Amino acid sequence: MDVTTLLIGKARNVIDYFADPVFNWGRRNSIWMLHLGIKCCALEWGPFIARFDAERFGIGPRASPRHCDLMIVAGPITHKFAPKFKMLYEQMPEPKWVIAMGDCAISGGPFFDSYNIIRGVDKLVPVDVYVPGCPPRPETMLDGMFKLQELIKKRKGGYYTCGP
Amino acid sequence: MAEMWINMGPQHPATHGLWDLRIKVDGDMILDADPQIGYIHRGIEKLGENRNYTQFIPLADRTGYASPMTWAILYVLTVEELMDIKVPPRATYIRTIAFELQRMASHLLFVYGMAENVGAMWPPLVYAYRERELLLDLFQILTGARFHFNYPRIGGVKWDIPQTFEAQTKKALDVIESKLKEYERMFDESEIFLMRTKGVAVLRKEDAIRMGVTGPTLRACGVKEDLRKSEPYMCYSDFDFGIPTGKNGDLYDRWVVRIAEIRESAKIVRQALDRIPGGAVATKVPAAVVKSVTVLDGETGYEDLCVIMAKVPKVIKPPPGEAYVRVEDSRGESAMYIISDGTERPYRIKIRSPIFCTLSALKYMMRGARVADVPPIMEGIDILLSEVDR
Amino acid sequence: MSAEEVAGEMKKKFPEADVRIPRASRLTASVKKEVLLDVCSFLKDAGFDHLSSIAGVDRAENFEVAYFLWSYEKKILVTLKTAVQKENPRIQSVIKIWEGANWHEREAYDMFGIVFEGHPDLRRLLMPEDFVGHPLRKDFKLPEVE
Repeated sequence: MDVTTLLIGKARNVIDYFADPVFNWGRRNSIWMLHLGIKCCALEWGPFIARFDAERFGIGPRASPRHCDLMIVAGPITHKFAPKFKMLYEQMPEPKWVIAMGDCAISGGPFFDSYNIIRGVDKLVPVDVYVPGCPPRPETMLDGMFKLQELIKKRKGGYYTCGP
Repeated sequence: MAEMWINMGPQHPATHGLWDLRIKVDGDMILDADPQIGYIHRGIEKLGENRNYTQFIPLADRTGYASPMTWAILYVLTVEELMDIKVPPRATYIRTIAFELQRMASHLLFVYGMAENVGAMWPPLVYAYRERELLLDLFQILTGARFHFNYPRIGGVKWDIPQTFEAQTKKALDVIESKLKEYERMFDESEIFLMRTKGVAVLRKEDAIRMGVTGPTLRACGVKEDLRKSEPYMCYSDFDFGIPTGKNGDLYDRWVVRIAEIRESAKIVRQALDRIPGGAVATKVPAAVVKSVTVLDGETGYEDLCVIMAKVPKVIKPPPGEAYVRVEDSRGESAMYIISDGTERPYRIKIRSPIFCTLSALKYMMRGARVADVPPIMEGIDILLSEVDR
Repeated sequence: MSAEEVAGEMKKKFPEADVRIPRASRLTASVKKEVLLDVCSFLKDAGFDHLSSIAGVDRAENFEVAYFLWSYEKKILVTLKTAVQKENPRIQSVIKIWEGANWHEREAYDMFGIVFEGHPDLRRLLMPEDFVGHPLRKDFKLPEVE
């Protein structure tokens, strides 16, 4: 490796050391989630926002995938919906995260032996946090969100690289 | 202007569920509608053939997630008709109370959705959720869960109502009834709401009956038809309640009918709590009950169980036959058709969902409406994709 | 009109139909598929204007299609059943009598493969368009999961 590349690498490390906490702080305190209410777990978003007030943590739902950084998969994915679901995931800009909410998204849930269900959304997209429950209580959802915030806190190379 | 087909969905914040609403538009005016469903089809009817009768109760809950208690009660009523089981009166009263509380919770969800879609956004939405949380807390002390209760059992209910239930229910009903007056003022005096709902999505009586529409949408068209009065099931014939109807069959009438139904349900719950047989509420949540649910007769602890559970065998094997039972769900007429072949798994379960039939009448409601009216129209029929797709 | 009177009228018009009254305000009738449309028109004229549901059933020797009809004024529920052969299952559509049969018949086609002749738009409803097979048939097995 020649000297210029080495120096640029070192400079980047120094910049990252100061910039990462700032960018991660910004990212984890204003997570915008995608309005993808597939099934029952989506009913727990109401209390999540109304009673437990997720917005004080910066979490708010948005309609278009292009505005979001978080996709909460709240329900099972069927074979009919799978291609469109992948399209939604690809439309989200980097960096993006996925929470698999509820047993259906984690492994198929009570419909595990159905002919039309994909057993686990992690077969389609990479998942960062799994929130179990059928449905998970809003407190469990908040706990899942905090775990995601911890993950974002540890992210390296914040502002210029894509990917988790 | 050019006519074209537009796809709204499957992911769309205003379509309330995962489906693809294809509408044919001429500019802003809708000419025709062709819904495409099946994005959350889990095959519950086929899964039922792979479960035994008791294992299907949680799946029945998940058929209609906004009112799971009504679907689970419908399922156990159908199996009890198959097996000709007489449910004890106290269990029937408990089921009726749970059914009506569920209807109220489901209609409050409708208020929340309607508020969001006509543009009232956050305040009414949050208020409706606040009231719904009171009901979900009641369900939590009764069954242990906020929704997907798994509470009715074939022959009765899982456990008796706890000591604090009656007082807390009456307090919650008082709060909800006073807040209903607030909602009526908020919406009936709002010119925007009236403009967006009066005369919009009119469904005529003849079209509604021809397409098989039932429930509040049919009652909003002026047809005074309610299964709780025309074919009473459980103990509805013991109670005094009214059937609200509308006049014009538009979106405003559907709103009015549902708000009135919350009041009527509260009336039924109060009457049921006052008249519940078996005397005062049980003084303990019997731990013995949970253990002895599968106990056959002759063993100890069964006497406690008799008030809330009929004598049923440990392994449920109905005799060969079939049963078709209909109930008045929050959204209309729900029905289940179960065929038994004498084994411990059902041979065929067929589920009739009220919204399935209402959705096929969508094109009559949408003609002449504008694209911006689509979300309120969807919420006006109180759409729930889970029971459509099953 | 009570259930007995409706049953009497049906037996007079369609002597081969197997009509029974299992309990009060319930009527069950099994008819051959050739007379299905005539029986349905008769019932519609007799006041059975609400088609509650159409259910397909996979019996061992044939498919069975069950129609559940309710009369708002008489308050009687009629279960009308007819058998369809398993090879190339075809039956007349009742969409001209009750328009609400549209989606019920599409679902029966999707789940069992029964073709309803006269249906204007018979295509799959719940499964994807390119799906092969009919899920609710007994020979369609659910996947094995450990």
